[in-house]
Amino acid sequence: MKTRIYSVLVENRSGVLCKVAGLFSRRCFNIDSLAVGETDDPATSRMTIVSSGDERTIEQIEKQLNKKLDVIKVNTYAERQCIARELMLVKIKYNKNNRREIMELCEIMKVDIVDMSRHFMMLQICDTPDRVRLLIDMLRTVSIVEVARTGTLALAKCSENDEG
Amino acid sequence: MIGADAIIKCLEAEGVTTVFGYPGVAICPFYNSILESDIRTVLVRTEQNAAHAASGVSRMTGRPGVCAVTSGPGATNVITGIATAFADSIPLICITGQVNSELLGSDVFQEADITGAVESFVKYSYLVRRAEDIPRIFKEAFHIANTGRKGPVLIDVPIDVQNAPLSRFKYPEEVNLRTYKPTVKGHAVQIKKVIKELEKAERPLICAGGGVLLSDAQDELRSFSEKHGIPVVSTMMGKGVMPTEHPLYYGMVGNNGMAYANRAMNECDLLIMVGARVADRAVNQPDLITRDKVLVHIDVDPAEIGKNAGPTIPLVGDAKHIFNDFDREEYTCNCAAWIEALNGYRAEMAKKREPDPAYVDPAEFISRLTDRMQENAVYVADVGQNQIWSCGYAKVRKGRFLTSGGMGTMGYSIPAAMGAKAAMPDRQVVAVCGDGSFQMSMMELATMCQHDIPVKIVVLKNNYLGMVRQYQHFTYRDNYSVVDLSGSPDLEKLSAAYGIPFLRLENMEKCDETIEAFLRDDASVLLECLIDPMDLV
Repeated sequence: MKTRIYSVLVENRSGVLCKVAGLFSRRCFNIDSLAVGETDDPATSRMTIVSSGDERTIEQIEKQLNKKLDVIKVNTYAERQCIARELMLVKIKYNKNNRREIMELCEIMKVDIVDMSRHFMMLQICDTPDRVRLLIDMLRTVSIVEVARTGTLALAKCSENDEG
Repeated sequence: MIGADAIIKCLEAEGVTTVFGYPGVAICPFYNSILESDIRTVLVRTEQNAAHAASGVSRMTGRPGVCAVTSGPGATNVITGIATAFADSIPLICITGQVNSELLGSDVFQEADITGAVESFVKYSYLVRRAEDIPRIFKEAFHIANTGRKGPVLIDVPIDVQNAPLSRFKYPEEVNLRTYKPTVKGHAVQIKKVIKELEKAERPLICAGGGVLLSDAQDELRSFSEKHGIPVVSTMMGKGVMPTEHPLYYGMVGNNGMAYANRAMNECDLLIMVGARVADRAVNQPDLITRDKVLVHIDVDPAEIGKNAGPTIPLVGDAKHIFNDFDREEYTCNCAAWIEALNGYRAEMAKKREPDPAYVDPAEFISRLTDRMQENAVYVADVGQNQIWSCGYAKVRKGRFLTSGGMGTMGYSIPAAMGAKAAMPDRQVVAVCGDGSFQMSMMELATMCQHDIPVKIVVLKNNYLGMVRQYQHFTYRDNYSVVDLSGSPDLEKLSAAYGIPFLRLENMEKCDETIEAFLRDDASVLLECLIDPMDLV
């Protein structure tokens, strides 16, 4: 099993997300994560899909995506070929005994405290998917209330012959 | 002019002559506007058959057939027909009426999310929001349906859009789709590679699928095969690419095919798969066609190449273009020994049947029927044991062999034959079905009568769902479950009720004269053949 990041430029039309997601479910392809947003051109959106499978599946995913008429361009990357980021908001319950420890962790992992109340605080991390997972592990000792993650966003690393 | 008028103008611009369908309130503006047009309307008796009939038109004319049905149940009924076309890459334009745009999503009467429901069975679909978009959408739809890997396109038109005024109508000359540019021409380097492999090959073989017919490349394939003496086998959808009795044609492959055709597939050292998906019924074990041999896979859809078998030489493009390119390359091939071996296999391994003389032998009957059919006749096979006998014994010369290969949709033959006959009234059209598949479409006898579309129908009657019975015979040791067709109507009385002449053949004694009577004129006839209920394909 190999993991691939598919960066898919699509027409920004209603129903496109459904068509792409439907393709994955119909053909039994995994979706590890999926993130969608408009690009600088309001007529197009970029979907970043993380999926895993054997050689044949990886190739089929790209080919089947290319067959969809709302798909403009598909780029397939291995993780090392791109810069990948994920944003996570996590709400935790704290007390005076662990507050210090949490703040130290935030400092080490470059996590922002974006909101808090007497017993709860909300942390924000924007980092590689691995580091986001690490933060979740580290926070397991305190009480996690809720988590929201964006899924992976990725673009190919910069190179001098970038088409832009 | 209103939206519905614009739709009719689009169909006229595309040269559509017949629309099969079933009206309802949501498609009534369309059916009102079509009265002003010369386009013929045919009222089928259930919506699924409108799509099958349109498929018959497509396959005969090479242009997308058109069906138009209403919203809700009309639209959902047509899905099986669309899926059948999709599985065999048949171009269709399916127009569905839809409830008022403002009510979309509120679950009003006869509302169904049809574009959502058919997503995995269409090449593309549209929900028309503005009447001004109609010309562009129809232009795109016909283009998408009939280029690249062909397939059905659905256009859902809310009733208010059909009724909306349109200030001017201009049918676009060209389509502008930035995301859709199918590769038609084969890559020159890959073509050279194939020729190089052909020069080396001692046992080359071409396996032709339905894509060859969709690309109208029969003549090119045949002349290539004849020029170099390369033998040809076909998949079920490819039947008819070469005349069945052509000396270089070695029959249909697959688990329902000829043993000698499969042996040719296994023993060749160079296999050219063209316009075929390498699907399970044709190629049971894909690793067998890649092991110890060079596999060239030609398909217009890049996703088919490598999906089921990894080829040595992938070649994306349209079969007609590619065979024309092959034809420009000079090379010599010497496979006389291989041909001799194949002829030996054909003689030795031909299926030997021991039919019960008390009944009609379907194999012999089909063989004699097709001997007597016109040279360019259209033979439409249904699904079940009848399909396998048809594939095995029907002789195609300059005509066509139509069937539902990918989806295996029972009831396909009668409506598809109607479509073929409506498109080509001068051709003889014969539908061959079993008593199960006949009863799935027998309501269309009324359509044939009403619209004077004469189709000759053979019903191979065994009072069983024979293909399933056969499966239960082998798999469940004759523990038959839900395959007995007792209760079927008396077909003689049924024919009389529709005013269709009826013939019955009980055994092979009067076979030839019955076939003669069956084919004598151009009128509809229903011929019932009583076959052995315990027969196996």
